[in-house]
Amino acid sequence: MLEVEALEAGYGSIKVLHKISLRVERGQSVCLIGANGAGKSTLLRSLAGLLRPSAGRILIEGKEIANASASARLDYGITLVPEGRRVFAPMTVRENLEMGAYRRLWPRRDRGVAADMDMVFDLFPRLRERQSQTAGLLSGGEQQMLAIGRALMSKPRLMLLDEPSMGLAPKVVQEIFATIRRLNAEGMSILLAEQNANMALKSAAWGYVIAEGEIVRTAESASLASDPSVRAAYLGL
Amino acid sequence: MSVMPLKTTSPALRSPAAAAPAQRLSDHARLLIVWLVLLAVPFVSPNSYVVSLANLMLINVILIASLNLLMGYGGQISLGHAAFYGLGAYVSGVLGVKLGWSPWIGLPVAALVTGLSALIIGIPALRLRGLYLSMATLGWNAILVVMFNRLIDLTGGPNGLLGVKPFAFGTFALDTDARQFPLVWLVSLLVMVAILHLLRSRIGRALRAVATNELGADAVGINSFRTKLLFFVLTAGMAGIAGSLYVHINQYASPETFSVSSSILLVVMVALGGSGTYWGPIVGALIYTAVPQLLLDYEDAELMLFGLGMLLVLILSPSGLTGVPGALIKRFSGRAS
Repeated sequence: MLEVEALEAGYGSIKVLHKISLRVERGQSVCLIGANGAGKSTLLRSLAGLLRPSAGRILIEGKEIANASASARLDYGITLVPEGRRVFAPMTVRENLEMGAYRRLWPRRDRGVAADMDMVFDLFPRLRERQSQTAGLLSGGEQQMLAIGRALMSKPRLMLLDEPSMGLAPKVVQEIFATIRRLNAEGMSILLAEQNANMALKSAAWGYVIAEGEIVRTAESASLASDPSVRAAYLGL
Repeated sequence: MSVMPLKTTSPALRSPAAAAPAQRLSDHARLLIVWLVLLAVPFVSPNSYVVSLANLMLINVILIASLNLLMGYGGQISLGHAAFYGLGAYVSGVLGVKLGWSPWIGLPVAALVTGLSALIIGIPALRLRGLYLSMATLGWNAILVVMFNRLIDLTGGPNGLLGVKPFAFGTFALDTDARQFPLVWLVSLLVMVAILHLLRSRIGRALRAVATNELGADAVGINSFRTKLLFFVLTAGMAGIAGSLYVHINQYASPETFSVSSSILLVVMVALGGSGTYWGPIVGALIYTAVPQLLLDYEDAELMLFGLGMLLVLILSPSGLTGVPGALIKRFSGRAS
C-alpha cells in the first residue's frame, strides 16, 4: 500500500526527518510511536502532502507521489486525520462531513457521497444525532469522531491518524481505538502516530519506534510491547 | 436519508438576527424585498439630494459587502480596499476622459484591471499566513494615492479628475440622480446576489473552511492559497466596479476619497454592521453614508463617533449591529420561559 524510502523533511533549514523508511501493507494496521518532538507529525504531514519532503520517495501502490499536492494525494486514497482534530468549528457536523468530500463534489458531484455520509453516521451514531449542531460545540471525543468521519468522506484506502487520543478521557480513547480497529478489520490500511504507545501497540499489528527523526526499532507490535527497552522508554514500565 | 445539497440555506450562513424563530424567508426573498423597497426611494425623496445619497449608499454596499466577503467570511483583512475602489474609478474615468471610451466598457475594464492588480499583490502576500496581506494592501493603498496625486497629466492630480462623462444610452445620459439610481440599484443587487451564490457554492464553503482552520482545510484537499487568492481577486474586482460607478456618477474623482483612512473606515464599517454576516454590510453602508451627512458641521466628530461606535459594538455585540436584534430576542425569550 505505502512504501517510504529514505524520506527527509523539515521546516526551512531545520531538518526533522532523517532517511525515514517504512511500509504499510494493504489492509495492515501500523503504529508509529515516539516521544513528543520525535518527528511523528512531521512524517504524517509529509505523507499527506502538507509538507514537501526534501529528499526520498513515497510510493502508494507502486506510484511515486512525493511531489503530488495534498489534494492530489486524496485521489490516491491517502487521507490525514490531523493532530488536534481541526474540525471546522462554526460549521455544522453535516457541513464538516461534506467538506471531507470536497474533492468529490466537483466538477461533478459523486453520487456515492450520500451513501458514505450514511456509513459515517452508522459508524458514529452520535454524529447522526448531532448532524445539524455546530462542530465547535461538540465534546473532544465527538470532534475526534467527526475528524475521522470527515477523513472517511474522501473514500480513503489508507488513513493516517495523528494522535487521535490527544486530550481525551481514557474511556473515550478506548472508543476511538475500537473504531480504528473496526475500520481496519473492514479493510482500511492504517498508519497511526501516537504518544500513547500502550494503546497504539495494542491496536496495531506492526510498530515503528521513531526518535529524533529516525526509525530506531521496528517489529511486530507484540514483540515491541514486550521489549524491555521499549517498555522502559515509552510504556513507563 | 439524502445529503443536503450544497446550495440550500446553510445554518451557519444565517446571520444571528436571522436565527430568530419567526423568520422563515430565504435570503434570496429577503434580498429582493429589501431592494424592491429601495426602488421607491426616487419616488418618495423630497429632493434629488436624498437620491444622490441613496446612490452613494448603494455603491458603499458593493464596497462593504465585498470587503466583508474577504474579511468576514475569509478572515483576510485588507487595508487597501479603497485603493481598489480608487483604481477602478481612475481606470474607468481616465479611459473615458483621455481616450473617449464609453463608461459601459470602462466598467468591465476597471473590474479586470483591479482584479489583475489584486492577483499580482495576492500571489506573494497570501502565501504567508497572518498579517502580510494587511501590510501589503496598506502599502499598495499608499502607493496608489501618491500616483493619483502625482500623475497629474493623467489623473489631474490633487485637483481631481475632471470632465468624466456619465453613463448614457445613446443620447440619453444618466446625468441626474434619479436617472442614475436604477443603474446603481441593479448593479448593487447583482453584486449582492453574486455574493450570496458564492457563499453557498462549494468554493464559498472552502473559503469559510480556510478561514476557520487552514490546516484542516488543507487536510480535506482544499488549496487554501488558491481559495484565498480567488476571493481576493473577486472582491477587488467588485471594488473596481464600485469605483467605476462612482466616477461616472459623480463625473469627478479626487485622490483623498481613496486614502488609507477610507480603507480603514471600510474595515470599521464591516465590523460595525456585522463581520461575516450577510446583512451586516447594508447596515454598515447606511452608517457610512448617513453619519457624515448628519455631522457635516462637526467634521472631527465623525471619526470620534465611528471610533466610539466601534468600541461599543465590539464590547456589547461582537457580531455587529445586525446581531443586536437576535441577541435581544434571545434575551427576551430566555426571560419569558
